[in-house]
Amino acid sequence: MPLLNTLPDYVLTTKTDELINWMRKSSLWYMLFGLACCAIELMHTGGPRSDIERFGATPRASARQSDLMIIAGTLTLKMALRTRLLYDQMPDPKYIISMGSCSNCGGLFQLAYSVCDGVDKVLPVDVYVPGCPPRPEALTEGLLKLQEKIMSERWLAREKAVDAVAQA
Amino acid sequence: MEPLEILKRVGERFPGKVLEVSERKPDPFAVVDPAAIVELGRFLHDDPEFAMDCLSNETGVDYKDRVEVVYHLFSYKHRHHCVLKVKLPRDNPEVATVEEIWRAANWMEREIFDLLGVNFNGHSDMRRILMPEDWPGHPLRKDFVEPLEYHGISTVRESPIIRLDQQKKK
Repeated sequence: MPLLNTLPDYVLTTKTDELINWMRKSSLWYMLFGLACCAIELMHTGGPRSDIERFGATPRASARQSDLMIIAGTLTLKMALRTRLLYDQMPDPKYIISMGSCSNCGGLFQLAYSVCDGVDKVLPVDVYVPGCPPRPEALTEGLLKLQEKIMSERWLAREKAVDAVAQA
Repeated sequence: MEPLEILKRVGERFPGKVLEVSERKPDPFAVVDPAAIVELGRFLHDDPEFAMDCLSNETGVDYKDRVEVVYHLFSYKHRHHCVLKVKLPRDNPEVATVEEIWRAANWMEREIFDLLGVNFNGHSDMRRILMPEDWPGHPLRKDFVEPLEYHGISTVRESPIIRLDQQKKK
């Protein structure tokens, strides 16, 4: 029996996956973590003018409370190991936005002996934001892209598939 | 006092320990005996006529046949400056630390050790300062060969700029 027109106006119907994803995308807590000059733009993005807190993204000081890591700046090989450690400390589900040319591909410093050219050599990246540095609008766009990606996830279906593999 | 005058007066005061005074403009410099750098530094720092109370920069250079350590001294009292250099052999370069005279030398000498491999005898904390502790070699040496990977992270760069560079070399 279809539920349409049988429930009062203040009751909404949805699918579990979509509800979970909607909650997840509306509270993307990002880690307070800046590596270089992109971090200044990251701070602007969290500030009053661009204000990504209206999308539910708020900075957290600890990796253990964060859902999202924004790699903002040049990733050196020395820092890459520490970044991997921080990523391992984050609870699932976790996402990464690579912000700026340096973390996308090494950027201006890709020929330097100490620089890891591209964070995707170390960690899985969900969204790349180009720019040197990207403006706050660009990073906001990146966050919205990530929200789109989160909305397309099918967690229950995936867990069923994982269970089926485990039983077989 | 003009830099050249400072260097010449130091040369007269310590004959044989200042090996060469270059009048190169705009910054004349003196090449001094590595064994005497602490003695000269202490003199320039303590003597009221020179009063070099600030080591504004200490750095190193690799010239394929030798390694040089360069000291830029400055006096707040007299507003004058001068440059001293020591020449060291490229294999196992060693010189005494000037940390006891200017505390600022601590980190700058660690940086020279890190990037060029110069050992500073008597330094209180001779560790790497910029590169990771387990980094192989000293990257500002001309003969430094970059490792292909670091802790499983490949350092081979898939860059069109590099390919262009290699073509030019051929």
